[in-house]
Amino acid sequence: MFGYRGRRSAAVLVAIGTVAALTACGAKTGDAVGSAQAGGGAVVDTSGSAVKVGLLNSLSGTMAISEVTVRDAIKLAVDEINAAGGVLGKQLEPVSEDGASDWPTFAEKAQKLISQDKVAAVFGCWTSSSRKAVKPVFEKNKALLFYPVQYEGLEESPYIFYTGATTNQQIVPALDYLKSAGKTSVYLVGSDYVFPRTANKIIKAYAAASGMKVLGEDYAPLGSTEFSTIVNKVKASGASAVFNTLNGDSNVAFFKEYKSAGLTAEAMPVLSVSIAEEEVKSIGTQYLAGQLTAWNYYQTTKGAANDKFVKAYKAKYGADKPTSDPMEAAYTSVYLWKAMVEKAGSFEIEKVKAAANAGGITFEAPEGLVTVDGPSQHVFKTARIGKIGTDGLIEEVWNSGQPVKPDPYLKSYSWATGLS
Amino acid sequence: MSLLVGQLFSGVSIGAVLLLIALGLALTFGQMNVINMAHGEFIMAGAYTVYVLQQVVTSAGASLLIALPVSFVVAGLLGVLLEVLLIRRLYARPLDTLLVTWGVSLILQQAARDIFGAPNVQTRAPEILTGSVHLTDDIAIASSRLFILGLALAAVAALTIVLRTTSLGRRIRAVVQNRDLAAVSGLSTGRVDRLTFFIGSGLAGIAGVALTLIGPIGPAMGTNLIVNAFLVVVVGGIGQLKGTVIVAFVLGVLQATVEYTTTVSVASVIVFVAIVAFLQWRPQGLFTLRTRSLA
Repeated sequence: MFGYRGRRSAAVLVAIGTVAALTACGAKTGDAVGSAQAGGGAVVDTSGSAVKVGLLNSLSGTMAISEVTVRDAIKLAVDEINAAGGVLGKQLEPVSEDGASDWPTFAEKAQKLISQDKVAAVFGCWTSSSRKAVKPVFEKNKALLFYPVQYEGLEESPYIFYTGATTNQQIVPALDYLKSAGKTSVYLVGSDYVFPRTANKIIKAYAAASGMKVLGEDYAPLGSTEFSTIVNKVKASGASAVFNTLNGDSNVAFFKEYKSAGLTAEAMPVLSVSIAEEEVKSIGTQYLAGQLTAWNYYQTTKGAANDKFVKAYKAKYGADKPTSDPMEAAYTSVYLWKAMVEKAGSFEIEKVKAAANAGGITFEAPEGLVTVDGPSQHVFKTARIGKIGTDGLIEEVWNSGQPVKPDPYLKSYSWATGLS
Repeated sequence: MSLLVGQLFSGVSIGAVLLLIALGLALTFGQMNVINMAHGEFIMAGAYTVYVLQQVVTSAGASLLIALPVSFVVAGLLGVLLEVLLIRRLYARPLDTLLVTWGVSLILQQAARDIFGAPNVQTRAPEILTGSVHLTDDIAIASSRLFILGLALAAVAALTIVLRTTSLGRRIRAVVQNRDLAAVSGLSTGRVDRLTFFIGSGLAGIAGVALTLIGPIGPAMGTNLIVNAFLVVVVGGIGQLKGTVIVAFVLGVLQATVEYTTTVSVASVIVFVAIVAFLQWRPQGLFTLRTRSLA
């Protein structure tokens, strides 16, 4: 049985590789965009005593960890609105679909929510890839999507409302903060996909114009967990801070390696844009205490609206569940939609959009007062830099003072010409 | 200079991690020729064992030390269970084993997700293993990496001693070299297979304990490791431990060196190309076991 088996072993290796590749691909469902309805706009079904709203999140697959919490926050808002009498006298009926962390599935489910359930609006998506997959579906059907996560900007769609931060509400203020703290040289570490690469392009343009030095730039494949070399490079560069756009599991390995290499938050802080309260819990405060994050909301944000939100969330889902920025933005998006519908006096999508674009849609959100910026369909948000504490919560150390006007194409920044 | 030493150590420590995750496989795949796709999930089981133990034992240092033997037994028993229930029935059909164990790996992942939840869990590392050891003023070596290197070398040493000097080792080698002759000579090859599988799977458990110090602990951690582990064993050559040891360190240093001068993705590609080229030249791997067996 055991003899000269070299060629066999090579064949075995090929077979293993094939199986691994199969796992990575998962189920692809092909062209899922489907056909648009005849004659233009999506029809909202308002015949019953309730109006359906769509919830489109990954409830399985790699993104489920994050997206389930967003779905929970949306449900909380829907329940609250229903308890207070609904919208225009109608109760909201949430229809939840699973995007399964697979982008064609997102497009397919979006089409289903629009044409089969005839929902008034859809709330959800997390990754930029899923948003880009459903964007044509919403545009073709003229239906509404509310997208609650910070993203790389450089996008506007007439049928999407962006309630998370665009770059000038998160990354640019974070750089302003680092500069004001005397951190004049940075090292960029990120995962290898669209958000980190776009973010780093913006950071380099900012640095070139403001005299900040970018001492290095490294990308790790998504899911990579070997960071000894990158950390060695960061250490050797002598940068005064690290700008971290890593996503997911990689953060765990990166921060463990970072601490092992003797690098500290005092000497060389790491500013992360993808680590919120939920991620802090799974990386461990042992490795994160003292490091910085950039968001627009923390569980510790002061204000009566946030006290109420945190209390309601924990009462519904468990005392050990933290609230985070994307969850808050998702919760807020439902209330913003309600304000638009009430202003329009109708669930009809074009009327709702017109009401929003006319301006004056506001909501006293947990993060503070948010206002929808009519033309860009983004929202004004206060930028906040936070420091991770030993209790796993994030304490604000700096904020932009007032809500920052969204500028997805960075048109108001002279150094950013040529980026879009 | 300090950078060179630091980077060389990075390579060696990547090699040590590779060695730990591949060592058990060198036994089950290399010696028994069983393609066990669930090997990564045995590593995961070892890591979760640390997590569970830390719910009971509060001291991070003590729980880590206790976790080493406990994980070995937990993963080992999982391995024996797999061997008895499934693999034993498929010894003559290696490709079926591949598919069956792949299915088992999916089941184990989902089980972990159901028991421990989909998000990663965190374990506490003893304070001494989160810092670094200063060789000189500017050369510092991560103590967790030193620990893993020590653990990997100790595991190789222990395995070598078992294989070379004990009667169990003698029986394992006899079955590996010529199963029929061993059976004819009165060895219970089924029993030897089970023991070999126990040790190989148990080593995966130990690797899992080590990985809690440097990486995430979650349901998907095994899948990220399994391909690398097979690569090391195949390139090292089937049926020999020394090939696995040498190749783990060579690949580690190669990865670290290329990565330092280029990027992570380019380094992975170059390492893969090097492996493919090497297998073209030596399809049997670095070392092979010569036997008079006919198969």
